[in-house]
Amino acid sequence: MSVIYILLPLAVILASVALWAFVRAVKAGQFDDLDTPAHRILHDDEEDTKRPPQ
Amino acid sequence: MPSGLVVTGAELQFCCAGCRAVYEAINAHGLERYYRLQQGDPGKPSPASPTGRAYAELDDREFLDAHAPLIAPGLRCTELYLEGIHCSACVWLVEKLPRVAPGVIESRLDMRRALVKVIWEEDKSNLSSIARTLDSLGYTPHADRDSSSRARRQREDRNLLVRIAIAGAGAGNVMLLAFALYGGSFHGMEHEYSSLFRWMSMAIGLTVLLWPGSLFFRGAWAALRTRTAHLDLPIAIGLGAGTIAGTVNTLLDRGEIYFDSLTSLVFLLLVGRYIQRRLERRAADAVELLFSLTPSFARLREGHECREVPIEALKLEQIVEVRPGESFPADGDVFEGESSVDLSLLTGESRPVPTSAGEKIFAGAVNVDRMLLTRITALGKDTRVGKLLTLMEECAQRKAPIVRLADRMAGYFTIGAIALFVATLVGWHFVDPRRAVDNALSLLIVTCPCGLGLATPFAVAVALGRAARSSILVKGGDVLERLAASNRAGGTVFLDKTGTLTEPGLAVVQWHGDETIRDQVAALEAQVSHPIARAIAEVAARRTVEATQAVLSKSSPQGIAGQVEGKHFNIGSESFVLQGAPDDSSTSSSHPAGPDWAIAARRDMTSQCLTPVWVSVNGIVTAVIGVGSRLRDDATKTIQSLKEMGLKVQILSGDDPDTVASLGRQLGMASADCHGGLSPESKLRIVQAAATPAFMVGDGVNDAAALSAASVGIAVHGGAEASLAAADVYMGRPGVGVLVELLEGSRRTLRVIRRCLRVSLGYNLVAAALATTGVINPLIAAILMPLASFTVLGIALGSRTFPVTRSRS
Repeated sequence: MSVIYILLPLAVILASVALWAFVRAVKAGQFDDLDTPAHRILHDDEEDTKRPPQ
Repeated sequence: MPSGLVVTGAELQFCCAGCRAVYEAINAHGLERYYRLQQGDPGKPSPASPTGRAYAELDDREFLDAHAPLIAPGLRCTELYLEGIHCSACVWLVEKLPRVAPGVIESRLDMRRALVKVIWEEDKSNLSSIARTLDSLGYTPHADRDSSSRARRQREDRNLLVRIAIAGAGAGNVMLLAFALYGGSFHGMEHEYSSLFRWMSMAIGLTVLLWPGSLFFRGAWAALRTRTAHLDLPIAIGLGAGTIAGTVNTLLDRGEIYFDSLTSLVFLLLVGRYIQRRLERRAADAVELLFSLTPSFARLREGHECREVPIEALKLEQIVEVRPGESFPADGDVFEGESSVDLSLLTGESRPVPTSAGEKIFAGAVNVDRMLLTRITALGKDTRVGKLLTLMEECAQRKAPIVRLADRMAGYFTIGAIALFVATLVGWHFVDPRRAVDNALSLLIVTCPCGLGLATPFAVAVALGRAARSSILVKGGDVLERLAASNRAGGTVFLDKTGTLTEPGLAVVQWHGDETIRDQVAALEAQVSHPIARAIAEVAARRTVEATQAVLSKSSPQGIAGQVEGKHFNIGSESFVLQGAPDDSSTSSSHPAGPDWAIAARRDMTSQCLTPVWVSVNGIVTAVIGVGSRLRDDATKTIQSLKEMGLKVQILSGDDPDTVASLGRQLGMASADCHGGLSPESKLRIVQAAATPAFMVGDGVNDAAALSAASVGIAVHGGAEASLAAADVYMGRPGVGVLVELLEGSRRTLRVIRRCLRVSLGYNLVAAALATTGVINPLIAAILMPLASFTVLGIALGSRTFPVTRSRS
C-alpha cells in the first residue's frame, strides 16, 4: 500500500499539469468566443487555401 | 463576384457556402429555372447593398495608433464591427478576406458579437481599402471605438474562468480522497493512510478556499464595511467555519474535515456566477457595439476639397459637409444650403424643420433633404447632446442600488444562523460540553446557503438568455427585480411619443377622395426627397406607374406640379393646389374655396394634428391626404395590457401638446396623462418626482436623462445611441408590445427565484434541525448539500420565464 505515497503526489502533479494547460488556453483567448468555432467547423478545407492565390 | 473568390476552372461560381447550398438544394429539386428567371429580371442584380463609402477616415494616423496597434513590425491589427452577419456562410465569406483583399494576413470573425479581427501588412494595404472590400461584400464595417471596457470585461471573464478551473480541479481531487475516507470509515482503514488523505485534502482544500474562494470572503468583508446585506456574508460564514473546523480537526487528528463539501460548494457558486455574468455581458456587449453604428467620421470641407476625417480631429470654425441622410457631427451654423432637419431624436418633434443659411443646427440631428455646409460652433461635450449626456451620467450615478431579494434574504439568514449557533453552543454546553463547539460549527457548515447562492444566478441567467433569444437585451439581474417590483407596488410607465408609440418618420394616415390616383401621385412624389413627399411615395398600391412616366414641372416647399399619363397634377398645401400659384403666400386667403367634403376632411385632419396634402387633377380637387406620424400597431393593445397589470401610463413628449393630446385620445388615455412640449430637463423632473417604481420607455437623446433617472430605463428598437447608454433594457424588436412581454417575463423570473429560495431554505431548515440536535452525521450532510443544489438548479433551468419567439431582426 505504500505505493500510495508515490501515486497521490503523482495524481496531484497530473491535475496541476491539466490545470496549467487550461489556464494557458484561457489566457490565449480560446474561451472568449464559444459560438463561432461551431460554425467554422462546417466549412470544408479547400485545396487552394494552401497555395497562394493566382 | 469578387475576383479573389473565383475558383479557377469551375463553371459555377459562388460567393459563399450559403449560396452554394441554396443552389444545390434548388438544383436537387429540379428548380434550376429559378436562376434563369432571376437573371431575366434586371431589377435585382445586387444582393448586397454596399454603401460605396470611401472610409478614408480609417487611414488617419491618430486613429490607427489608437485603435489598430502594431503587433509586429509592419503588421497592424484591429477589430471592426460588421452589419449584416447572419449565419455560418458569413463566417466563411468574411474569413476569406485574405484572398479578396491583398495585404490582409488574417481575418477572424466573432459571430455572436459580429466583430471581425483583421491583421494586415501596412505597406501592402490600408484599412480603408479593407473596409471598402468588406462593404462591397455587403457587410458595412464600423470602427470599434470603445474597446477598452470590453477588454476589461474580457480580463474579468478570464480571471473568473481560471478561478473556476482551480476550484473544479481541487473539488474533484478532494472528492476522490473523500470517497476513500468514507469507505474507510465504514470498512476500516489504516490510520497512516487516513491521516495522509486528510492532510492531502486539507492542502488542496485550503488552496481552493484561499485562492478562488477568496472572492466570497472579500465580498463579505465589503458587505460588513458598508453595513449592507449581501449573499456573500452567510456564504463566507459557512465557508470560514468549515475551513477552521476542518483545519483544526486535521491538525488534531480527530472529527470531520469538511473539505470535500466546501471545495465543491466554491466550485458550484463560481460556476453560477460565471453563467450569469456571461449573459449580462452579452447584453452589454451587444448594446455597446450598437454605439459603433453612429457615424464616426465627418466630411471636412477645405476650399473645394472634401475629405473624410474622424470626428475627434474636428476643430471649431471648420466647415463640414453633411449629406442627406447623415447626422451632424457637431453643433454649428448653417453656412450654405437649404434643407430640412430631422430633430426627432433630440426634441421629439416628429416633423422635419426647414433650415437655411444662418440657422443653428445641433449634433445628432439628421439632415433630410439636401446637402448642407455647416460651420462648427461647439464640439464633443460642449454640444447640446454632450450636455444632455453629462446630465444623464449624473443621474445614473445618483441612482440608488436596490437590495436584491437574495441579499435581503441573506441578511435574515445570517442573523438566524448566528442566533442558532449561539443557541447550540449554549444548549450543548449544558448537555455535553465536549461536543458543543463541534455541533455548533457543523450547524454553521450545513446551513451554509449554497442553494440560496445558486438560485438567483441560475434563475436570472436562464431568464436573461431566454429574453435575449427573443431580442430583449437586459443589462443585469437587478433590472428584472426592479421591473418585477411593479407587481406589488404598482408604478408608472412613462412612454415617449415619437419613435416609441408612433413609428419613426412620417406616413400617410388618411386618404380622402379618389383612391385610384394613388399610383400616379406616388410616382410624382417619388421624384422629390421632402419627407412628406417620401411618405406619400410609399403608398403606391400597385406599382403600375413607373416613376419615369411622371414628369415634374414645378417643385417648391409648398407643393409640386407635374404630368402623369397625360393628366396635370397639383399636389401640396391647400393654397398651392387651389391657387396654382405657390410663390405668393401673402394672398393665400384669397384663393377659391375647395369642395365641401375636402374642407371637412381638412378640418378633421387638423384636429388630429395631421398635415393635409391636397391633390388636384386637371384643376379639380380629387383627394386630400393626411400625413402624420402613425401609431404603432400594438400601441393601443399594449397600453390596455399595462393598465390591466395595475400600472399607470403617461405620455411624455417633446412634440407639440395638441398632437400629444390627440394621440392620447386615440389611445384612450386621459388628457391629464399626456404631457407635450417637454424639454429633456422637464421630462427628467417628472420622472424623478414620480413615485417608484417609475419606468421610462424612450428612444431619443431627449429621453436619455429621464431613462437613467427612472427605476428602469427601456430603450426601444432604433433609438439613439445615448438612450442605449442610459437604458437598462434594450428592446431589439420594433413595437412596444415587447414591453408587456418584458414585464410579465420579469415577474415570472422573480416567482422562480422565490420558489428556488423556498426550496433551499427548506433544506437548510432540515439540516439545521439535524445539526442542533447533534444527529447530523457527515454522510447525511454530504448528501443533503448537493441534493439541495441540484433541486434548485433543476427548478431554475426548467423555468419558462420569457417566451422564446426567435425573431431576430
